[in-house]
Amino acid sequence: MKIDFEHGQAAHCESGVTSNLLKKISNGKITEPLAFGIGAGLFFVYVPLIKINNGPAIAFRSMPGFIFNRTCKSLGIPVVQKKFSSKEKAEAALMESLEAGQPVGAQVGVYYLSYFPKEYRFHFNAHNLIVFGKEDDNYLISDPIMEHATTLTSYELERVRFAKGALAPKGQLYYPGNQKQITDYQIRQAIKSGIKKNAFNMISIPGPFAGVSGIRYTGRKIKAWRDKLGLKTAGLYLAQLVRMQEEIGTGGGGFRYIYAAFLQQANDYLPNADLLKASEMFTQSGDLWRTAAVQAAGIYKGRIGSQEDFNVMGDYLLQIAEIEKKAFTILKNIKW
Amino acid sequence: MKQENVPQDLSSLGKITKEVCYATDSTGKYVTTLSDGWDVKITALDVAWEEIQGRIAQAKQKVLNGEASPLLFFMELRLMDTSIVADYTGFWKWQIKRHLKPDVFNKLSEKDLKKYAEAFNVKVAELKSMDVHED
Repeated sequence: MKIDFEHGQAAHCESGVTSNLLKKISNGKITEPLAFGIGAGLFFVYVPLIKINNGPAIAFRSMPGFIFNRTCKSLGIPVVQKKFSSKEKAEAALMESLEAGQPVGAQVGVYYLSYFPKEYRFHFNAHNLIVFGKEDDNYLISDPIMEHATTLTSYELERVRFAKGALAPKGQLYYPGNQKQITDYQIRQAIKSGIKKNAFNMISIPGPFAGVSGIRYTGRKIKAWRDKLGLKTAGLYLAQLVRMQEEIGTGGGGFRYIYAAFLQQANDYLPNADLLKASEMFTQSGDLWRTAAVQAAGIYKGRIGSQEDFNVMGDYLLQIAEIEKKAFTILKNIKW
Repeated sequence: MKQENVPQDLSSLGKITKEVCYATDSTGKYVTTLSDGWDVKITALDVAWEEIQGRIAQAKQKVLNGEASPLLFFMELRLMDTSIVADYTGFWKWQIKRHLKPDVFNKLSEKDLKKYAEAFNVKVAELKSMDVHED
């Protein structure tokens, strides 16, 4: 059984899945950047006291699951979302949707995801893919990270749907609750709401750890890492930062380029010079994130490593925080 | 980032699939471009794995010295902490900590060993010998 569904590659799994699930009812208009921006996907957070893989817990995007929900909600589309306590029920529900002709988004863990190269398999449980059919014992899988559609056996799919650890997917499935066509009016409204929400998340969330304050906080922390952790561990921490920023699924520059692309596309729907100005600022910010990554690589490769090198690294983040603060202030103040 | 500056350094992912990057074309408009990988992040991943390999080797030595049960080795090998192992096996964290002692581990029932073997995706015999054949 194979549903009429077209696989599309994307940079980021959740915005890619969202865009692909909405492709039919939006006539392909909900591109990945639009899904990412409407879903208010851009973020930064440094979670203190928690360690991931023995390194700092840093994210450049909003909570997993947020983008699909928020995008649908802003577009006025009801969301069907289910978690399961039993593996049998989880598979039955999946089959039921497939038999009804509905491609289904699924949250999975990547550790036992067989088609991923081993080097990329960590216990990361917030990966997303679409199941769009079953042939013999093989489920047809559209993973937005991959160039082509692929398959997983029923055992392999069950194992990743029931991966354990932080953010365990619990077999979670999701898809849009109706098939009504999305209008341009809905898209315009959704863009405004997404930008507003994202500006709030980046410049108005209280506390020092999230949004641009979080970037500043991390910049200052980095300057202290060399003395506090020693050169080797500080290098490992920086490598982790770079992986969160650039590794599969960010589109480059910690999602800043996707966001810049979103603002350009937003301008097609709601022409406004401020959108384009902010877009250029996010390009600048993405470029600086990458310059910082090159500096970090110098440290974890052992090519450089003085306190001055850490200061330069930290200062990049302080500079980035300033740019993003200005950009989101421009966006926040747009009179629609 | 400009389209022509998108790095093309072949990574282990690049051998399986290229990645989508967002970059600007000559008119400044954002387009998607495929990338084979980027040296900066390839090294970041290498550094992370070197560290992990070191931890695995250390754990193995501890088991061989009789200071820990093979459980420690498999936890490092599978990048699992006690809470992930607890979630996969259904054991409590304090039970897992006890099972890290060689004496306690050696007395585990076949049924309990099976739970560990399944969590680590190995056979019970491999669990005892630390002799894992993969890929």
